[in-house]
Amino acid sequence: MSDAAAPPAASTGTRAPAIALRDITRRFGAVLANDRVSLEIAPGEIHALVGENGAGKSTLMRMLYGMIQPDAGTIAVDGRVVRIHRPADAIRLGLGMVHQHFMLVDTLTVAENVVLGREPRRAGLGVDRTAAEARVTALADRYRLPVPARARVGGLPVGVQQRVEILKTLDQGARVLILDEPTAVLTPQEVDDLFRMLRTLHAQGTSIVLITHKLAEVKALAERVTVMRAGRVVGGGEAAALTTARIAELMVGRPLADDLPRVAREPEAPLLEVRTLDADDDRGLPAVRRVSLTVAAGEVLGIAGVEGNGQSELIECIAGLRAPLRGEIVIAGRTMHGRSPRERAAAGLAHIPSDRLHRGLVPEMSLAENLALGRHRERELGAGPLLDRGALVARAGRLLADYDVRPPDPARRAGQLSGGNQQKLIAARELSRGASVLIVAHPTRGVDLGAAESIHRRLLAERDRGRAVLLVSSELSEILTLSDRVCVMYEGRIVHETRPSETDERTLGLHMTGRAQAGGADAATGGDTAGGGAAS
Amino acid sequence: MDALLFVAAALRISVPYTLAALGATFSERGGVINIALEGMMLSGALGYVLGAHATGNPWIGLAAALAAGLATGLIHALVTVRFRADQITSGLGINLLAAGLTKFILTQVFHSSSNSTRVVGMPGWRLAGLENLPALGSVLATPLVLMTVALVLVGQAALFRSVFGLRLRSVGERPEAAATLGLPVTFYRYAGVLISGALAALGGAWLASEQHSFTDGMTNGRGYIAIAAMIVGKWSPLGAAAACLLFGAAEALQITLQGSAFPTELLQTLPYVVTMLALAGFIGRAIPPRALGTPYDPEHAG
Repeated sequence: MSDAAAPPAASTGTRAPAIALRDITRRFGAVLANDRVSLEIAPGEIHALVGENGAGKSTLMRMLYGMIQPDAGTIAVDGRVVRIHRPADAIRLGLGMVHQHFMLVDTLTVAENVVLGREPRRAGLGVDRTAAEARVTALADRYRLPVPARARVGGLPVGVQQRVEILKTLDQGARVLILDEPTAVLTPQEVDDLFRMLRTLHAQGTSIVLITHKLAEVKALAERVTVMRAGRVVGGGEAAALTTARIAELMVGRPLADDLPRVAREPEAPLLEVRTLDADDDRGLPAVRRVSLTVAAGEVLGIAGVEGNGQSELIECIAGLRAPLRGEIVIAGRTMHGRSPRERAAAGLAHIPSDRLHRGLVPEMSLAENLALGRHRERELGAGPLLDRGALVARAGRLLADYDVRPPDPARRAGQLSGGNQQKLIAARELSRGASVLIVAHPTRGVDLGAAESIHRRLLAERDRGRAVLLVSSELSEILTLSDRVCVMYEGRIVHETRPSETDERTLGLHMTGRAQAGGADAATGGDTAGGGAAS
Repeated sequence: MDALLFVAAALRISVPYTLAALGATFSERGGVINIALEGMMLSGALGYVLGAHATGNPWIGLAAALAAGLATGLIHALVTVRFRADQITSGLGINLLAAGLTKFILTQVFHSSSNSTRVVGMPGWRLAGLENLPALGSVLATPLVLMTVALVLVGQAALFRSVFGLRLRSVGERPEAAATLGLPVTFYRYAGVLISGALAALGGAWLASEQHSFTDGMTNGRGYIAIAAMIVGKWSPLGAAAACLLFGAAEALQITLQGSAFPTELLQTLPYVVTMLALAGFIGRAIPPRALGTPYDPEHAG
């Protein structure tokens, strides 16, 4: 029985747990997503539910919230066994959920989003907007979650949208707040704000379930921890009694190395140069403004920034997927102006794109076919117009084993792999090209700890081998771990350049949100851009 | 040419377009594409004629039209909401089904493959003051014209001011969000499609009442123009009504100019040319509801 693994009862004594899940089991087809999971949330506690992607955390919480039904097991709220058929039941029981992908209607106002489903009425049928706005403002004041009640949600920063989500649950009268990976999309400053708000809620008696795989958050916020792996509870207890290393070991099932080894290198010749690049985004608005950077052989240059500040457009320009307006891109000494993606690959460029399912892979095709994408002209895969399927599968077998893609079955469809293994698959294809320049975007987004560690090791190995690596990531710990130098992009410009040893997440976060700019001119930009920012 | 007469003609002609476009606005705001308007109008037209033919009472005809429209809407809702099939395919299917089925019923009941016998039209209303207005009076005194004007205003308020409208729009933009708040997504999507069926059928009833009969394929593409009007009107009742008035004016102009030096064939293309121009001029700025065309599957949401 999993009772042995269940966390100890909280010190609140005889009060019934706010939530008690008992032996919850749920299958999706052949996959056992939750295997007799038991979990107790004490009234008023902050409880972290941690585990890698696919460990079953979200499945468990979706059952608690009535979005899917358990195959077996019971749920008790405040000591009474209940059946939760739909979200409305969960709401009635005082459960509130803040989803990882916000459940907000962008075209409606903040107030409309909060009161939706429980609207104050006028004349029976109409929505009383004034009353709705007053209600939301009062709630926001009470819990210190400031929001602009009349603004349209779609135009608000992510951190504010999340506040709207929390307010929604509070307006429903939630006493238990479930947050699914709440910090995945936030800047470090927004994370600080969120934690402050959560502590306020906690002080006012709300129970909080924090679903996460970031261990620093667990230590910062949680009183108790439950760790899941492969659909089961594998451990837990008082947060203070568990080290992050121990929690990580429980999550992954093996100890993780503390530090990734890296060789000290002297500066070498630049392999990738970008000179005063300008580019527009898909809507024709300026996205990249006078960006200049160089990446030398044996160097990782990390580009930090909140997503949507021109990083993806910059990468697309380098990869040849987007035509820049001005500026020059030089790979291994050869200018790439007007060159196609294939010519750039031949010049020594490899690209691990951020969107693995749309750009990186063809989910419907087999692993062997995906590994041959863009490399079909290589001699090894067959001379003449026909591909040698035997060679394709043979090489795929080698690469899958080398890069630890699981399962290593060349005939399986790429779409059937987990996110981490899809990412390893793309890494296998791109890193085995022997390219001298690697551009890598968000390589570990949505990837679990074990796979992330192995991708990080690979990237550093490529660096040590003398490749130039350009890394774009919104995950600051990743930037700081891997990079030799760090640039921060904000509104299309490089506004800050530094070294990991000379900075920290907080400082980078300030630059990422443009708040550090007021202090003075930045060395990296030179401030030579004409015009006063984007129109509209 | 009398300007008032022209306005009256434009108003009259725009009635069926407006009703159908108004209904489609509700369907699409709830997230269900409705290109079945043509079939729904045709069903409504036949419904009216059958009801009026059987009882001699135009109000029974109107009720029968509504029933036919609701039934057609129910098919579309079942296929797209309940069974989550492709919404465009379902709409096309309904249009083909309605074209065939109305013809079949026509031959069974009236023993003609082209038209029904003559039935009563909707009576005029004697409203104090209205009938004295020159030219417009007779048009405004027609029950369906007044109803259409009222329905557009009520529809605008319902969509943007009422609790129902707020929920319907949230279901069309982000059904997962509505569902996590405990709102029944399916109910609102059904409601949107059924409203669309009923209003399109009213438009069809108007055509049949004006013409005092049902003729095979009598909607003649009006359902498609109504879809264009809804898009040009940016999925708002008032906007759709304005676009329909524009098409009504184009058609009235074409009728007015007949017999002049212009070649008739070119003139007849006028309403369609106006449609194309309006679409090309407006569609770039029209943003459809975000979840439009996407079936909602609760198991895979979130």
